[in-house]
Amino acid sequence: MKILVAVKRVTDPDARIRLNADATGIDMTGVEYKVNPFCENAVEGALQLRDAAGGEVVVVSIGPEEVDTYIRTGLAMGGDRGIRVPLEDENLDSDVVARVLAALVAKEEPELVMLGKQAIDGDNNQVAQLLAGYLGWPQACFASEIALSDDQQSAEVTREVDGGLEVLNVGLPAVISADLRLNEPRYASLPGIMKAKRKTIDVYEAADLGVDTTVKVRVLKLESPPERAAGIKVDSVDDLLGKLRNEAKAL
Amino acid sequence: MQFLDNFLDETHHMVRATCRRFAETEIAPHAYEWEEAEEFPRALYNTAAEAGVLGVGFPEEVGGSGGSYLHAVMAIEGLMRGGSTGVTVGLGTAGIALPAIIQSGSAELIDRFVRPALAGETVSALCITEPGAGSDVAGIQTRAIREGDSYRVNGSKMFITSGVRADILTTLVRTSDDPHLGLSFLVIESASPGVSVSRSLKKTGWRASDTAEIAFDDVVVPADQLVGPEGSAFVTLMKNFQMERLALAAYGMATAEIALEETKKYVAERKAFDRPIGSFQVTRHKIADMATQVVALKTLVYQVAKRMEEGFDATTEVSMAKNLAAETAIAVTYEAVQLHGGMGYMRETLVERLSRDARLLPIGGGTQEIMKEIISRRL
Ligand SMILES: Cc1cc2nc3c(=O)[nH]c(=O)nc-3n(C[C@H](O)[C@H](O)[C@H](O)COP(=O)(O)OP(=O)(O)OC[C@H]3O[C@@H](n4cnc5c(N)ncnc54)[C@H](O)[C@@H]3O)c2cc1C
Repeated sequence: MKILVAVKRVTDPDARIRLNADATGIDMTGVEYKVNPFCENAVEGALQLRDAAGGEVVVVSIGPEEVDTYIRTGLAMGGDRGIRVPLEDENLDSDVVARVLAALVAKEEPELVMLGKQAIDGDNNQVAQLLAGYLGWPQACFASEIALSDDQQSAEVTREVDGGLEVLNVGLPAVISADLRLNEPRYASLPGIMKAKRKTIDVYEAADLGVDTTVKVRVLKLESPPERAAGIKVDSVDDLLGKLRNEAKAL
Repeated sequence: MQFLDNFLDETHHMVRATCRRFAETEIAPHAYEWEEAEEFPRALYNTAAEAGVLGVGFPEEVGGSGGSYLHAVMAIEGLMRGGSTGVTVGLGTAGIALPAIIQSGSAELIDRFVRPALAGETVSALCITEPGAGSDVAGIQTRAIREGDSYRVNGSKMFITSGVRADILTTLVRTSDDPHLGLSFLVIESASPGVSVSRSLKKTGWRASDTAEIAFDDVVVPADQLVGPEGSAFVTLMKNFQMERLALAAYGMATAEIALEETKKYVAERKAFDRPIGSFQVTRHKIADMATQVVALKTLVYQVAKRMEEGFDATTEVSMAKNLAAETAIAVTYEAVQLHGGMGYMRETLVERLSRDARLLPIGGGTQEIMKEIISRRL
């Protein structure tokens, strides 16, 4: 089974984020990148399925040369080869990403595409759904468990929804997005890292893939949230209940 | 810190990121508790081995993960993100205990002692220092007297990291009276009759690692546990000190860098006189000084590691790096504590712990003064 798995770099969630001068994005001075944690779950999920069913895992990312590191990490964990589509972060929205991935799917013809359920920078949670839409494939988002059928024609996917679990049976090819509970991503070992050095990462230009890269969403302005006012201390539970009822109107 | 990225290739970045992820998942959430308990779970050796973290810098042929000096520095940088030098050095004693055994080239000793240690199944320690001899290594008194197919060992060792629960002790012993040519290494199993931990020592810092005084009382050690030829230990030791000093320089570097980052975050949040304390010019200048010291130190440490990888004899420079790292770690953690105010004196605060941990750096692995002796003689 051939699995395409997408990874994205995100700004370090622990870094102190400042807006850039014209407030259209984040000032990246001194801020490091990390791989999006949900993408690590997607890679691990893809590797486990491949290890069980055989086949190939192709690790894909969109971005400048520096994102090769994150593709390479996927390869060090056990991915077979990589693909990068060079586009700059500021020229991307969820829809462009989905269109690029759709073009790669047309080229690579995988039976399964795996992604993280969302990236923890923009938290848009859109790419998997848009991609499934463009491909006309079934989707199973927020997967916490995946069981492949014996004939590899379908997968039973458990997804965490408000108030419980939902189990979907999707016919392959399909798009699955990974939740944190799906697995514990393995560590890339140094021997794996050394081997990954010799694995190929193909670079495909969006234009050559025939993708229209016009963004549909443009960020006009960002604003920092207002400073939080100091809290207050209450003397008793009754006092607290009173305030919740009368002032906050929360009860 | 992208400024120094020219030293690193992707494999270095990945080793650091992997070790950091390991540290942030497996160490950081428990660091405070383990520091207070003065112990970390033994199972962490297995977890670290499974993650491939334990064997960085050791050849794959002996059960390691491969990689060279700079990879080993990256591993330390990553592991220190767990916020406990004690855990990092405790996990890392294989790095000082095993090289002599590996260099001896004995397949039998490697299979018996190196592989299990790198697989996290056993804990290893290096025993050089004695109650009566530290800086003066040639002054050690622990005796090993050959009797047929074995050695009879008597003496004691002091300040041995991981010594309380180590299974194998790479032990410097005196096999003859010649000050240097009378020194040999024996691998002693702690389960052997006559080996005992006389004391588990209480320390200023490095608290999550155990430190022991160990007594050898008529311990019989099979002669095939001699590492290399009799009398060869001094040369091996001098060689291996280079790696140990590089590692200590890396601890200092990571200590200073983490203290700087913690402080940057704190001064941006903490307010006094209606302003973030980070907005006072005196604070900004302190941070600027700390950052400058960190960059200077990192540049030296990376360069030394790189040159050692290339086979350059960096004895002088690695001693300089160890001293600069010790001074920088102490200076930077001092200011870090200062800028944290009262919180900087509380044990729950990371920079407080780092400031205590840093104090060991000019003492362990060859003191500041001994480093200066080495440097000045080689200038
Ligand atoms: C936490 C911790 C962990 C350790 N782990 C290990 C371990 O795992 N294995 C191990 O074998 N050892 C270990 N050590 C021991 C460590 O390496 C020694 O403490 C160190 O080498 C100094 O030796 P000493 O304590 O005997 O000090 P001394 O040699 O007694 O030195 C005392 C002072 O005299 C100075 N001095 C000595 N000689 C000279 C000279 N010629 N010129 C100028 N000044 C001089 C020293 O610089 C120092 O300031 C550890 C120590 C500590 C504290």
